[in-house]
Amino acid sequence: MIEALRKKAEELLRSNTVNVVFGYGEGSTPERTRPVFITKPEDVNKLTWNQYCVYNLTTYLKRQETRKLGKPAIIVKGCDAKTVIVLIKESQIKREDVYILGVTCQGVGEPLAVKCKACDVHTPRIYDDLVGEKVENKELSFDERYAELDEYEKMSEKGKWEFWQKQFEKCIKCYACSNICPLCFCDRCIVEKNQPQWIDPSAHARGNLSWNVTRAYHLAGRCINCEECQRVCPADIPLNLLNKKLAKEAEKNFNYRPGYNIDDELAMSTYNAKDNQDFVK
Amino acid sequence: MSNQTTFEPKIVAFLCNWCTYAGADLAGTGRKQYQANVRIIKLPCTGGIDPLFLIKAFERGADGILVSGCHPGDCHYNTGNYHARRRWNVFKPLLEFCGINPDRIQFSWISAAEGGKWVETINGVIDAVRALGPFEGYQKINAIGPAGSGEGFVSSSDKGCECK
Repeated sequence: MIEALRKKAEELLRSNTVNVVFGYGEGSTPERTRPVFITKPEDVNKLTWNQYCVYNLTTYLKRQETRKLGKPAIIVKGCDAKTVIVLIKESQIKREDVYILGVTCQGVGEPLAVKCKACDVHTPRIYDDLVGEKVENKELSFDERYAELDEYEKMSEKGKWEFWQKQFEKCIKCYACSNICPLCFCDRCIVEKNQPQWIDPSAHARGNLSWNVTRAYHLAGRCINCEECQRVCPADIPLNLLNKKLAKEAEKNFNYRPGYNIDDELAMSTYNAKDNQDFVK
Repeated sequence: MSNQTTFEPKIVAFLCNWCTYAGADLAGTGRKQYQANVRIIKLPCTGGIDPLFLIKAFERGADGILVSGCHPGDCHYNTGNYHARRRWNVFKPLLEFCGINPDRIQFSWISAAEGGKWVETINGVIDAVRALGPFEGYQKINAIGPAGSGEGFVSSSDKGCECK
């Protein structure tokens, strides 16, 4: 599979179809990989593929530094391909401006990442070229997809408050979560605005709920649960639980799953006259 | 909160200029009485309410929030309330997931003609929040320094960043 990937990358670079290939390279230890940006066909041997390729490389599609490299081909797993769909839907990239090199994937991480346990896109739903043997996408049920949330939703109100306060108070406001997030692409984030100041920038527990809840909320109906925010969090805050809760609500209320279908309208930029309003007096 | 024996909740109400605000006004001109625990913030449309407004209200010491706008189909801007409703549909469960009691954050549709409904709704919200007690959890973390020292809607330290 690595050979096929390298061959394809070489082909794309030689034919000038793309200027750069965003892929995974060997890391400093065998159980790590790192992002690599291949611009010369003779460098394709730096590309690798193994179960440690957990990162979502699509975050580089939004960055100025990598945009300067020219038209990219990007290696995506099934989950990462969902991000590409959302980015296209949100007019951040044009379909024709990115070459999608899909890889089939049976799950990554050692032990298996949580996101992979609830994965139903082993074969990307969008690609220009597919590398690896095609895997049937097994459809999971609604409950199976959100099983991770069960134990947290069952907690008492007080339990939930204490749990999240304990998590949020660890937050040092490093904003790694939004930096890594491929779908956090505002040029100026609300945390940077200080007139008026909406979110307290200090690492005091004050404002930590506003930051974390706002970050999650801005991804409502958009987050595809790649879990990158949670992976990079230096304080080990289970951020993806918030994202997953929102994904669950978006699916329950609007029957919408971000990144699954390029024809679906974005959940939060539209409305339906029949939306639930049981909670409105 | 100086030497109060009974707890009086602070409620912030975000009201739409075109319907609920006028409805509350009608309650006033109609001399209908309601409890004085509410601070009203008038906004052009519920569709313009960023969820951060609501979090900010809690941060500044609110014990409960009411957001109220036009009935579906009556929006001055045609669809603002529909968009707002969609937002609340995911935002409210998110706050509940973080352990905020659903009674602390309430939503209603009240038209300019429904002075009576305004009185009923706001009294209901105030009573519900009074029963829950102060939102101490948030007010404690809100304070800089020893727990519980942050009080009032605008503390002196907050005034500094209100420049406009």
